[in-house]
Amino acid sequence: MFLAKVYVTLKKSVLDPQGVTVKHALESLDFESVSDVRLGKYMEIKLDVSDEEEAEARLKEMCKKLLINPVIEEYTYDLKRVGDC
Amino acid sequence: MKFGVVVFPGSNCDHDCHYVLNGVIGVKAEYIWHKETSVDGFDCVVLPGGFSYGDYLRTGSIARFSPVMNAVAKHARKGKLVIGICNGFQILLEAGILPGAMLRNTSLNFVCKDVWVKVENNETPFTSLCGEKEALRIPVAHGEGNYFADTEIIEKLESEHRVVLRYCSENGNVEKSSNPNGSLNNIAGICNERKNVLGLMPHPERCSEKILGSADGKKIFDSIRAFLRGS
Repeated sequence: MFLAKVYVTLKKSVLDPQGVTVKHALESLDFESVSDVRLGKYMEIKLDVSDEEEAEARLKEMCKKLLINPVIEEYTYDLKRVGDC
Repeated sequence: MKFGVVVFPGSNCDHDCHYVLNGVIGVKAEYIWHKETSVDGFDCVVLPGGFSYGDYLRTGSIARFSPVMNAVAKHARKGKLVIGICNGFQILLEAGILPGAMLRNTSLNFVCKDVWVKVENNETPFTSLCGEKEALRIPVAHGEGNYFADTEIIEKLESEHRVVLRYCSENGNVEKSSNPNGSLNNIAGICNERKNVLGLMPHPERCSEKILGSADGKKIFDSIRAFLRGS
């Protein structure tokens, strides 16, 4: 069993209006050192697969097919083996 | 001449489209459940507005895998007509039938109001009865209508006259203040290369009778009918 943690963010070239709004809110709370805020999505996916290479291949396929839209988004992930639960 | 209005779980403008086509435009329209695997026999497929699959993950991202979408893609490849309205447009983008993607409105608000859109190309099956550069008054209702594509795609859309509708002022001026969602180049609707697939954020089915404040939307459906009659 593997646990994948997938982090999805808008591409750098894409304006993130939520991030801009949160940045303004932080500034209004006197957090003047904030230079940029980007919001994204976080997903946890459990894979019932025993081989790490297979888990990684499956995960990449899922991201490509459904989980992210490559026109506007990019992603990173952590994959680690976990016990059956 | 037969229209098919696709019903996804969460569609909520399907009845409006069905009503306008049957009751106002006077053509035959039937519902197509999203689990259907064929749209044979339909001349024009309508992907209506709504919140298919609750807009989970991204708008349209799950509906695009409904069985009917393979048939819709095939229908489009044959050169037959497809019109995606609001969520229908979002589904066409996710399916890759039209290029680009939708972002959250820059205001972060769900925008529900009448807007003006300029007909930038009236040589499509969807706009042939509109005047050249005519401004239409049509309502929008969406949270993700901020059209985005990379520069290369935007340039291609512009040079091929595939930006069919653009947000404008009442007198047809395309300006930032008339853009309800922050879309690039004030884009409200685009078509594919063959011009047989249109995606648009405004809702023509909500303004096809004078009693509703505007009948400008009827011009879109009348254009489709005229095109199908002539073909």
